[in-house]
Amino acid sequence: MTTWLANFYQRNGTALSIFLLLSVLFWVFILIILPQLFMMDFSFRHNLTPAEIGGAKDVYTLENYKYMLYGSAQAAGDYNTVDLTVFARTLIAAIFVTLFDLAICYPIAFYLAHSAYGGAARLMVLSLIVPFWVNEILRAFAFRIMFGASGVINDFLIWVGILDQPYDFIRNDIALYAGLGYAFILLMIFPIYNTVESLDRNQIEAARDLGSPWWRIHWRVVIPYAKPGITSGCTMVFMLTAGALAAPQILGGPSSLWFTQIIYQWFNTGNNWPQGSAYAIILLATCIAFVLIMMKVFKVKLGEIAR
Amino acid sequence: MSADVDLENVWIKFGEFVAARDVNIKIKEGEFFSFLGPSGCGKTTLLRAVSGFLDPSEGVVKIGGKDMKGIGPNKRPTALIFQNLALFPLMSVWENIAFALEVKGIGRAERRKRADELLNLIALPGQGDKMVHELSGGQKQRVAIARALAAEPDVLLLDEPLSALDLKLRQHMRTELRVIQQRVGITFIYITHDQGEALTMSDHIAVMREGVIEQVADGTEVYDHPETAFVASFVGENNLFKGKVSDVNGQQAVVDTNVGRLRARLAKLAKERQLEKGDNAFVFVRPESLKFANGVDSENRIKAKIQQEEFEGQFWQVFLNVAEGTKKVKMSLVNDGTALQHDVGADVTLSFQSDLAVALPEGPLAQE
Repeated sequence: MTTWLANFYQRNGTALSIFLLLSVLFWVFILIILPQLFMMDFSFRHNLTPAEIGGAKDVYTLENYKYMLYGSAQAAGDYNTVDLTVFARTLIAAIFVTLFDLAICYPIAFYLAHSAYGGAARLMVLSLIVPFWVNEILRAFAFRIMFGASGVINDFLIWVGILDQPYDFIRNDIALYAGLGYAFILLMIFPIYNTVESLDRNQIEAARDLGSPWWRIHWRVVIPYAKPGITSGCTMVFMLTAGALAAPQILGGPSSLWFTQIIYQWFNTGNNWPQGSAYAIILLATCIAFVLIMMKVFKVKLGEIAR
Repeated sequence: MSADVDLENVWIKFGEFVAARDVNIKIKEGEFFSFLGPSGCGKTTLLRAVSGFLDPSEGVVKIGGKDMKGIGPNKRPTALIFQNLALFPLMSVWENIAFALEVKGIGRAERRKRADELLNLIALPGQGDKMVHELSGGQKQRVAIARALAAEPDVLLLDEPLSALDLKLRQHMRTELRVIQQRVGITFIYITHDQGEALTMSDHIAVMREGVIEQVADGTEVYDHPETAFVASFVGENNLFKGKVSDVNGQQAVVDTNVGRLRARLAKLAKERQLEKGDNAFVFVRPESLKFANGVDSENRIKAKIQQEEFEGQFWQVFLNVAEGTKKVKMSLVNDGTALQHDVGADVTLSFQSDLAVALPEGPLAQE
């Protein structure tokens, strides 16, 4: 570590080195670690009024975490089925959205990396990126309008004759899943694109020359090579989908509650920040655990994902 | 099973650029055929046309008598060995070799068995479980060959496979490849810019320049009887004397050059290209055909001054200035143990036998 620091100083000079180190420390510590530590601390406290803080009741407690499991009943054997169900459903839905994104984005990324040339490629990349210049919440609203009773999609389906009257996409969560699926595709496409792009084209040609049909080329040559990119993309999409708030708030029907919305309620209307913090930490821990398990299962190392 | 390959009136164009110009070649089944030429002459393009990665703009590619138009690379009875080998890095050696069998749906045990057989053929027994990056350059080369052979092609296509290897290994692999080809008996089409390789390995050589086939013949023909100035200057080393034909009699041409009047064998050419009196001609003399003149009656005497002498082990390479220092000439003397008769700076007279030199019409030469 010290030799690395010494080299770093040598290469960049004192002033620049100090600036770089301080900015990184500021960014990592103050903007990332400190808020998380505060949240963690909060999650272990009671929900006290400002007057009671620092007083007798200000002790550490596990009651916020217990609430998640047992709810307000606190009676033996009675579980907080509402919150737990929402939690499970959120995670399962996030997994499905991730897989759906993977299924769509892998072909697009591969096509961009290996087949599209010049003008066509540029146009594709542009059409992928430009919508994301629009604010995330506005995009969610745009989807809501699109999927609404008098929106484009219903109009088109009625015009073509598939439907007789407008279908409520929002109530059935189709709009929600479409919105979530779309929200993070860039984060799936570009990691895959980066890894696939570095694949030697000759290998694909060699496999083809040896008689292989396209599906086998992908299964045996391309996908193993793109595994780091795929894992990176899936990790990001899963984390962001499980933690998404805008799409479920705006596009979700009455029956779909996203776990993040519960957290939002605790902070907003429920006025119970410690409870919200505890829920947030639970979500964070679960997502991290899930990703680590997946990495183990698919034998991907952290360094490869970072690439 | 082996097949012959025919290229009939093949043109390959990329927009305005012509990569191959009216190529007509007949390759017999089971032969080792080389395309020899400098970088960018179109030989790789022709190989890709035979393997199916591109279709000729005009003309027909036939394999085993069958027109290959519209048939993709995975359906043709060919296997291509790429210049950078393109082995699959995430598969082990035996999986690489057995890939073509995997495609055919053959079971794992059977695939492993055949991979082991091929490993024996390429002299790498028992190395099947290694990963590709653990092998040396020559070993990777052989695995690439085994992988192609596993597909049981009728024609094996090799794109400059030895260019990344060091000299000793290259020489060793030349013999290896020839042995493998004769053992397996299929047609080999080999691309190279190294004429040493082409000469030692091939049954026939096609010398190419800028998309045009200059000559197709076996090694000795191409070396001793070149049909164009390019072939004469590209294959092996050659000393060039430019001049004007002053007389043509029978098999010989008499050419006036700036080193004197030289007699040389007339190249066997088509009627319309035959040299006539008054034409500009190139006289080519191989370095090993030049000798120090002894006595007055040696033919083709050239006055020269020795500039440099290089010892190469098998040969002495002697560099001389002729024509009052305006031209350099190279002479190769076999190292037979006797010391060189002349030192650097000496004035000498060179001589060569007329039938060892060839007179050709002027034309583009190989780039230095």
